[in-house]
Amino acid sequence: MKSLQTRLWLAVALVGLVCLAWLGVAAGLLYTVLAPEDWQTVTGALGGRAGLLLFLWAGALIPVHAALRGLLERYVAAPARLADEARLRLETGDSRPIEPLGSKETRELTGIVNRAIEQRDTLLCQMDNRIQEAARQTEQEKARLAALMSELTKSVVVCNLDGRILLYNQRAKLQFKRLSRQARVTGGGELMGLGRSIYTVIDRQLIAHALDNVRRRLRRGADSPSAQFVTVTDSGRLYRVQMTPVRQTGGEAPTDGEPMSGFVLLIENITDELAADEKKSRLLNELTEASRGSLANTRAAIEILDDPDVDGELREKLMQVIRDEVQGLSERLTRLQSQSTSALQSRWPLEDMLASDLLDLAGQRIEASLSLAVDRHCPETPIWLKVDSYSLTQGLLHLAGRLHQALAIDRLRLTISELDGRARLELCWPNAGPHNGQASARWIDEPMQVDGLTLPDSVEQVLERHRGSCWLSMPASTEPAGFRLRLPLAVPAEEVSAVSFEHHETRPEFYDFDLFARDHHDRCLEDRPLTELNFSVFDTETTGLDPAGGDRIIQIGAVRIVNGRLLERECFDQLVDPERSIPRLGQAIHGISPDMVRGQPTIREVLPAFHAWCADTVLVAHNAAFDMKCLSVQSPGTGIEFRQPVLDTLLLSAVAQENQERHNLDDLAERFGLTNLGRHTAIGDAMVTAEIFVKLLPLLADKGITTLGQALEASKKTYYARIDYG
Amino acid sequence: MSLKILIADDEPNIVISLEYLMKREGFQVSVARDGAEALAMIADDPPDLLLLDAMMPNVDGFEVLQTLQGQPERPKVIMLTAKGRESDVEKGRALGADDYVVKPFSTGELVERVRRLLSDDGPAPA
Repeated sequence: MKSLQTRLWLAVALVGLVCLAWLGVAAGLLYTVLAPEDWQTVTGALGGRAGLLLFLWAGALIPVHAALRGLLERYVAAPARLADEARLRLETGDSRPIEPLGSKETRELTGIVNRAIEQRDTLLCQMDNRIQEAARQTEQEKARLAALMSELTKSVVVCNLDGRILLYNQRAKLQFKRLSRQARVTGGGELMGLGRSIYTVIDRQLIAHALDNVRRRLRRGADSPSAQFVTVTDSGRLYRVQMTPVRQTGGEAPTDGEPMSGFVLLIENITDELAADEKKSRLLNELTEASRGSLANTRAAIEILDDPDVDGELREKLMQVIRDEVQGLSERLTRLQSQSTSALQSRWPLEDMLASDLLDLAGQRIEASLSLAVDRHCPETPIWLKVDSYSLTQGLLHLAGRLHQALAIDRLRLTISELDGRARLELCWPNAGPHNGQASARWIDEPMQVDGLTLPDSVEQVLERHRGSCWLSMPASTEPAGFRLRLPLAVPAEEVSAVSFEHHETRPEFYDFDLFARDHHDRCLEDRPLTELNFSVFDTETTGLDPAGGDRIIQIGAVRIVNGRLLERECFDQLVDPERSIPRLGQAIHGISPDMVRGQPTIREVLPAFHAWCADTVLVAHNAAFDMKCLSVQSPGTGIEFRQPVLDTLLLSAVAQENQERHNLDDLAERFGLTNLGRHTAIGDAMVTAEIFVKLLPLLADKGITTLGQALEASKKTYYARIDYG
Repeated sequence: MSLKILIADDEPNIVISLEYLMKREGFQVSVARDGAEALAMIADDPPDLLLLDAMMPNVDGFEVLQTLQGQPERPKVIMLTAKGRESDVEKGRALGADDYVVKPFSTGELVERVRRLLSDDGPAPA
């Protein structure tokens, strides 16, 4: 409202000047029309009262000021506010009615604007319905693709030709987490995220080489123009990467003959596979060479023994050679067998499966085939197995069938639990009479009988393929009789977090196909439109408000905005041990107690992780000067400097809504109709700041501010930019 | 004067047989227990033929071949080895082995190959 005040004073001054001018003109007229004696009389009468005249003049300006103020409020400020509010609703789609203020005409205008907003909302609603109907098919396909990708057990990453990631699945995220140096803090989020560069993980040259191969094959018209390469990570892990092109579609006109718009990477960790192959090959090689040697010695000795000229002493020596070699060969084979059974075993294709799914599958199969009731018991924490579910189900069905025949039981119990890094599956029959344990134990070794058919494998063989085991436990005081199976877990080998594979209520934001459009490297950062840039919107919670005086960060929360879209799932949320006390006053605000930060990483660990997480993005914060000061005071100790451009939603709001007096986070959230679910938590505030930022972008565009450079320049000019945190 | 054969092998169980076989054929036989001893014996009293095992402690058969490569008058060499991979055979031949016999072998065939090599008929077909 500063401009309104200025205008008010200018208007009062103008009225004052006009009055003075009128007085001057009146005096001039009197001087010309009056005779000199009369003029003398007038000036004589007014002579000593000039001060009074001036006082009257100045005094008259007070009601003038009051009147003008009222008029301005009524006829200027109220329409200006109406214009602001109307613009806000126009740009943000806010549908709340505007409060009528000011003159009758302005209030009428407000009413018209409100009706226009209503009409717009009705029209928008109708249009939305039509769009939704039209887009339903596309959305379904997209959702199917996203679901397929997120549940795939192979790592899939889709990139545009600049190497920017535009789709990834859950497995890829987990795999990249293993490569992250800051996995404890970022969870690998600095490597895997929409819009991030694949080159931070895989060598640019390798990808460029593979791309060239794929392009050549595409141009030759090859049926499956994919390329494959193996890459080694810093930690020595080996990944086999298969690259498949995303071809240009009809809508995307190929530019400069480029046949692709991006590429799909299928990434597979082959470290263990190769190590196992290598071990197998080494063992086979050792066995072959040692056997060749022994056989050579034995054969030569036997052939010489055929010679009748061989004397008794040599004959005995040769016989000893044969005995030694045969003995050595036997021992070697025994030793190898004990050492390398697992290494030489062929790998049966096993799948990752939830234990509860396996129990359901087997339970339903037994119930359907044998008319037995099957109780299933599975712990709440998901257990992931690595199994051949088909063979295992057959095995359980065989055992259940035998039990049904022998003991005439009508109820079985299937239980699964985790024990010593393996899964234990129990098939028990709680309410059965005595039975012949020896006969039952043989069911494990005999060929399986399922639905009247005899299968080639036994339960024992099925379990061998799983590197597991099966045995019969006789009834004990604590446990009923039952078959117990030991099965491998999927977790240790693949490092798959069971929790991460749980189904999310909302669709994860693992894709953004708009990113297929390539970056414009020819434009410098400041010339690029705000809607094209990637942002890291962050907030810090601190021990106090004086970072220069020793207050420290205790929490950093951040979310990313890519292609104008807020990625709620790609967030950074970390408590920090400040290595100092947290004042009670602060604890009441942010709710972070010393107990909560105990054992958390210190800023020396968190800051590099956050720096990596924010790489290649523009930073955004509300009242950014304070947060940036909190980060910069840590530079000497950590060597970390945030050199990227910084935008401040406080300043941007002051730019976009210059007629509004208040721009704090709560006011902005209220004005934009946003709910902050975690006020004064770093992630909650970062989230709401990000939402405000997204809402501010069209308001800024309306003021002609569309590029980063323009936004930075406009921010500098605002009043709030002068606040300094020293 | 009979031809001299040096057997270089660290395995006494094969040396017994090889020594008997070669002596039966009328050759003058000496034995080295590893590559280093074989090289010393070759320098001291060069044999006409070397029966060389590939895998020996200290200096292995391939290293012996490598050392012999630079010498003007080197004995004929038959490599005896349990390493049957094509790459090993190739390596042995490249380093100058005149023949390469993969274990286990027939004694008759070995004797035949030794005879052929010493009568300058060239190596027997592998």
